[in-house]
Amino acid sequence: MTSNPAQSTQINRCCDNAFTLGPLQTGPACCDPEPVIQVKNLSLQYGTKTALENVTLDIYRGCITALIGPSGCGKTSFLSALNRLIDLIPGCKVQGRILIDGNDIYDAACDVQALRRQIGMVFQKPVPFPLSIRRNIALPLHEHGIKQRAEVEAIIEQVLRDVGLWHEVCDRLDTAAHSLSGGQQQRLCIARALALSPQILLMDEPCSALDPIASGVVEDLISRLRGRYTIVIVTHNLAQARRIANYAAVFWVKERAGELVEFGQCQHIFETPAHELTASYINGIRG
Amino acid sequence: MIWSKRNILSHSVTDKLVQWVLRFGAVIAALVMLLILFFLLRESWPAMFQLAPARFLLDASWHPLEASYNLMPMLSGTVLASIGALLLAIPLGLASALFIVFYASAHLATPYKRLIELLAGIPSVVFGFWGLTTLVPLITQWHPPGASLLAAILVLALMILPTITLTAFSALQAIPDEFLQNAAALGMSRWGMIYGVALPAAQTGIVAGIILAAGRALGETMAVLMVAGNVVQHPTTLFDPIRTLAANIALEMAYAMGDHRAVLFVTGLLLMLLVMLLAATAGWLRRNNQDWSSSA
Amino acid sequence: MNKWLLYRDSLVQWLIYLAVLAVSTVFVWILIDLVRGGVSHLSWDFLTESPRDAGRSGGIGSILISTLWILMVALIAALPLAWTTAVLLAEFVPAASRFGIAIRFSLQVLAGVPSIVFGLFGNAFFSIYLGMGFSILSGGLTLACMLLPILVSTAEAGLRAVPQSYRLSTAALGMSQTAALVHLLLPAAAPALAAGLLLGIGRAIAETAALIFTSGYVDRTPGSLLDSGRSLALHIYDLSMNVPGGDQPAYASALVLVALLLCINILAMKLSYDLQRRRIIL
Repeated sequence: MTSNPAQSTQINRCCDNAFTLGPLQTGPACCDPEPVIQVKNLSLQYGTKTALENVTLDIYRGCITALIGPSGCGKTSFLSALNRLIDLIPGCKVQGRILIDGNDIYDAACDVQALRRQIGMVFQKPVPFPLSIRRNIALPLHEHGIKQRAEVEAIIEQVLRDVGLWHEVCDRLDTAAHSLSGGQQQRLCIARALALSPQILLMDEPCSALDPIASGVVEDLISRLRGRYTIVIVTHNLAQARRIANYAAVFWVKERAGELVEFGQCQHIFETPAHELTASYINGIRG
Repeated sequence: MIWSKRNILSHSVTDKLVQWVLRFGAVIAALVMLLILFFLLRESWPAMFQLAPARFLLDASWHPLEASYNLMPMLSGTVLASIGALLLAIPLGLASALFIVFYASAHLATPYKRLIELLAGIPSVVFGFWGLTTLVPLITQWHPPGASLLAAILVLALMILPTITLTAFSALQAIPDEFLQNAAALGMSRWGMIYGVALPAAQTGIVAGIILAAGRALGETMAVLMVAGNVVQHPTTLFDPIRTLAANIALEMAYAMGDHRAVLFVTGLLLMLLVMLLAATAGWLRRNNQDWSSSA
Repeated sequence: MNKWLLYRDSLVQWLIYLAVLAVSTVFVWILIDLVRGGVSHLSWDFLTESPRDAGRSGGIGSILISTLWILMVALIAALPLAWTTAVLLAEFVPAASRFGIAIRFSLQVLAGVPSIVFGLFGNAFFSIYLGMGFSILSGGLTLACMLLPILVSTAEAGLRAVPQSYRLSTAALGMSQTAALVHLLLPAAAPALAAGLLLGIGRAIAETAALIFTSGYVDRTPGSLLDSGRSLALHIYDLSMNVPGGDQPAYASALVLVALLLCINILAMKLSYDLQRRRIIL
């Protein structure tokens, strides 16, 4: 899909509605409380150091679940346990079970690469590959056997529209992805993850390396993805968690090991916290 | 579920296949070292087990054609030339590294560093040739015969100086800036900062570099062969000609037979073991070196 | 500040300047000597003709051809082994695993082995045991053993310098390690591979001691890989030590060799500096 002047003006005209994912939802959606990911007694160890102790938690389909808590309490480790990215860290041991749609992902029969295809991940710093914008999205598609040129082009356009990047880059798909701004790079990374049509998106502080405006754009985007994808997001920005999440999980460090202190509907966590650590953290007293 | 059962040609199978091909290459690469050790041992076997090892120390002299195999004069020549070269190259090399890191302005530091890197790329035969045509005649004017321990020391010093400078440079550059900022904030003088803070912090890296340089000096062949005079004797002054172990191999391999050839392989083995020892020490030092990036 | 400290500071400063001046002077002195001694003898004919009268007259044409052949053999043998080893060490084997440590240690030792010892080994193994005699093949394979460590270490360093986030991102997209390697990591490390290759070439054409007893002394143009061939560095050695009156061609040959090496090393340096600068921008 190369630049076509008529087409791009048309796109610019309907620029107000560049997102194809429907209107921005403001309040927490009424989620269908069906668990997609069931984490049971999960413990993580790096060598002799325990990063996470005995976490049990359900993540519901179509909802945004925010993981909050002070630095070093194992949120990121928890996130990368969900797509087995933690396998890449030498000396890391995983105990307990993680069931996705009822299948244990730490089972020997599990195909890790197929699993990761079902679970997209977005990192703190945007990681566009040193390739063109088009190739950034096409490369993982080729890798997963989608090689038909027309199909690939259609997916590229679709996902770039989904993240609201299409009208910004449609006339320069073959320029280097590194020439994009930070916020655009992060949206490209989200688009790249969406291209594989995952069910679940993991996001590790996707806004914290961006300036406030770009951060706002990405945050809006994440809200729009609600319902279509099950999203698990790590964030240090409590206001952001409150704005976008349906559920929140509060992690804390106890005796040098991270653990889950409270999990529940976002509104409840922020308005009527059950645990005093949660209350003090939310009120900015500790952490 | 999609990911629980996959056909046989999944990605991880490709990965495994590729990994086995890579392992095969790596094992061959690693075997080269063992192969070298094995062949050196094999060829030096006759000398080590048919001649008493004491003969290398106690024979009257080195006259291999008359079965007289005293290695000591050449060992002393090798060691003296290496020590002399180190004594000269360490201060010059360290000064060069300090110049690049602390004293030179930016537009001098980079060209000087490149000059040192280029010096490292000059082949030993060219150093030897230059020593032979320029240094040796100069020394002859001062104190004949010219081709001597001194000439060997000077040429070797030039050859190992880049090793010392470049390793010291990277060790010095790895020191976190905060150390020096704090030292400066305490009102220390420039040399006080370098001598008291920078050099101790970079110590292990610098020492590892010096050990590597020593290994190079011990094993250097062509340059020394061309300028040292190659007389087998214990030198008494700097102006006496010497012969080193490595040069001896190059000189005599062409016509060596039987035991003589085996003895030359023994010297080769000896050199290799010496250098292995030095390399292992340097490697050990480096591994135990403080990693400032993680501690700071 | 104490007055003595100020004196000491400037004294040290002058000593360091003096050392730097001395080193630079010697470097320039060597270059000037080579140029002055060799440039008058240098001509197109010198580069293309074969040596006559033990090298006193004629040129270095056949010598250059032998050097090139030896280099080719060495690279063809060493590159596949070295680069597969580097990829394995950087991407597939944990740095602390026993396998990785063993391979790294053996390469470290190999890097320290004196070139004359490689010569001994090459003579015993390739020339005699495998029956290659004094030949281009034997010399090239001996050089290949010598080049392994530098080719592996530069390529491994280049791969390790590729940001870890690329590996995590490709894994999170469910791509295989092989695909990540082919499409992203190797292209990103290509300048480092090229720089290492150039350094290896420089090392190979500078080598003398390892070739005396493997590729031999014959100064004719080699007809096949099993012919003996004299490399340029060895030619300089022979002219200056064994041929009375060979100084002029020796100077000219040394000039050619040093000029070649300076070009190769400057190119390698430029590649790796560019790489560093690009990394800062990214």
